Amino acid sequence: MSQYTLRMKRTAAKISKNWGLYLLLLPAVVLLILFTYKPMYGVIIAFKDYNPSLGITGSPWAGFKYFEKFFNSYQFEVTLKNTLYISLYSFATFPIPIAFAVLVNQMRQNVYRKFFQTVTYMPHFISTVVLIGIMMILLSPGNGLIGNIYRLFGAEAPNLMGSAGLFSSLYVWSDVWQQTGWNSIIYLAALSAINPNLYEAAKVDGATRWQTVRHIDLPMLMPTAITLLILRVGGLLGVGFEKVFLMQNNLNISGSEVLSTYVYKIGLLSAQYSFSSAINLFNTVINLILLIIVNQISKKYSENSIW
Amino acid sequence: MEGTAQLKARSKRKRWSTDSISEIMLYAWTIIVLIITLYPLYFIVIASFSDPYAVGNGQVWIFPKGFTLDGYKELLNHSRIWIGYRNTIAYTIIGTLIGLAVNLSAAYALSRKDLFGRKILTLFFIFTMFFNGGLIPTFLTIRDFGLYDTFLVMVLPFAVGVFDIIVARTFFQNSIPSDLWEAAQMDGCGNLRYYFLIVLPLSKAIISVLALWIAVGHWNSYFNALIYINNQELYPLQLVLRNILITNQMQSDMGSGEAAQIALRLANMLRYSVIIVATIPIMCVYPFVQKYFNQGVMIGAVKS
Repeated sequence: MSQYTLRMKRTAAKISKNWGLYLLLLPAVVLLILFTYKPMYGVIIAFKDYNPSLGITGSPWAGFKYFEKFFNSYQFEVTLKNTLYISLYSFATFPIPIAFAVLVNQMRQNVYRKFFQTVTYMPHFISTVVLIGIMMILLSPGNGLIGNIYRLFGAEAPNLMGSAGLFSSLYVWSDVWQQTGWNSIIYLAALSAINPNLYEAAKVDGATRWQTVRHIDLPMLMPTAITLLILRVGGLLGVGFEKVFLMQNNLNISGSEVLSTYVYKIGLLSAQYSFSSAINLFNTVINLILLIIVNQISKKYSENSIW
Repeated sequence: MEGTAQLKARSKRKRWSTDSISEIMLYAWTIIVLIITLYPLYFIVIASFSDPYAVGNGQVWIFPKGFTLDGYKELLNHSRIWIGYRNTIAYTIIGTLIGLAVNLSAAYALSRKDLFGRKILTLFFIFTMFFNGGLIPTFLTIRDFGLYDTFLVMVLPFAVGVFDIIVARTFFQNSIPSDLWEAAQMDGCGNLRYYFLIVLPLSKAIISVLALWIAVGHWNSYFNALIYINNQELYPLQLVLRNILITNQMQSDMGSGEAAQIALRLANMLRYSVIIVATIPIMCVYPFVQKYFNQGVMIGAVKS
């Protein structure tokens, strides 16, 4: 028996021994193949003049026509600018959950701390629809909370939800309100893993609270923070559709149209399948490139990377 | 010259006063955060029980004014809310069961070091986190499978959650000792029996965490329904909510007249009560399951 056949036989044995495991994997793998991998082939639509009656393979080839169309369109600038702006703005709030975790970690372990944590995790569970509903209610210049506050001072409240310039601020800060508590959990977990002896030693040496934070807490959080940071950069051009779509209206559209909502409108609402797919592909590719770049940088300068 | 003892005592006193100031500031900060977090929600609650005229007039701050249950009674006039509720409950229960079945089993299989092809299979899953076909091709695929506008599309095609799988896999790797499998093998136990009869009962923590994540995901989602559902009878609650909260905006531009005024008033009240009614279930379930979270997230997330 040759070496090769021997290896094949051994491999076959390894597989058949664990047939049960492969069975356990089967549902997930099948679902992914059918509904995630199979559509990947549809990426080709971006390069064709897709005609539903001709199908994907039957439609004529169009090369980079739709990409050019997008790059030359007015919407290219608007959507790219909005997407980047909102993304970077949101990105800049990255340290907030870390600071939050550090502060919570300084609280004594008692009922109040538990209560505080429970309350601050709660907003995460509100659905996006409800969150925007609450925002609309509170910010309504007519009969909302903000309207009442302004009237206390004899002024009329501005229509915040209709402002294109304020859109990103509303988007980002409502996100902070909703997610900070929840996002801090992972940092709190890392902090709770710190050896308490370190704190004891620092105390004996006369360190102030702030010094403990700077020299113990923050360095211990770095690995987690960097990993999460890398993942976030990868999503830089991927400003979520759901929330933006709900917050959009005719008044703020120049500041709220992002790549994902534009793809939806072009693709599903006006059925320009090829055009929409081109934009989407552009978006995904940029995200991938960013992710790879940041991962490489991180590999070089620190010990952390995703791969 | 001060001795070491006196130096230490002095620095202790200095530390004490800086520390107690920072402690006060810390707790002051926590109170501010609590108010910022709770007040918007609290406002919605009291407004839902108040007369809308009072709410719009700035008379409602801490307590309801003009106590009324009209907003809640109005809920009964809108059957689509209850249809949405019914649908969401169904999607959540079935979706969570399917999600648990699919993701936990895949996670367990991937946690086994003796799985041949483990690296490639893991890559197979992770790749989908960074790249997918996009909105249009996925839409076309769903449609070609005849799943458009069906119950199934809400619970099956997107059941795989790679992030959930990774967290669960980490849990299995760290919490199920490998000698257990060796012992079971010697007693003639196969992989499947081992998984169902031994691993799962030991994994209550991760099962609850995942179940909660998946369930909340289903309860709060509207995107899939927006894209793939057209039949109003199949609308989940969030989609109905979106219509109410956005349609009502348009109603507030409606003209005058007695009937329109009454309709407007009820429409406004409906917004508050519907928000409360849609969010109550999660708010009630959440505190009970919170302890499982912190446990599970720490085990899963930190290690991975």
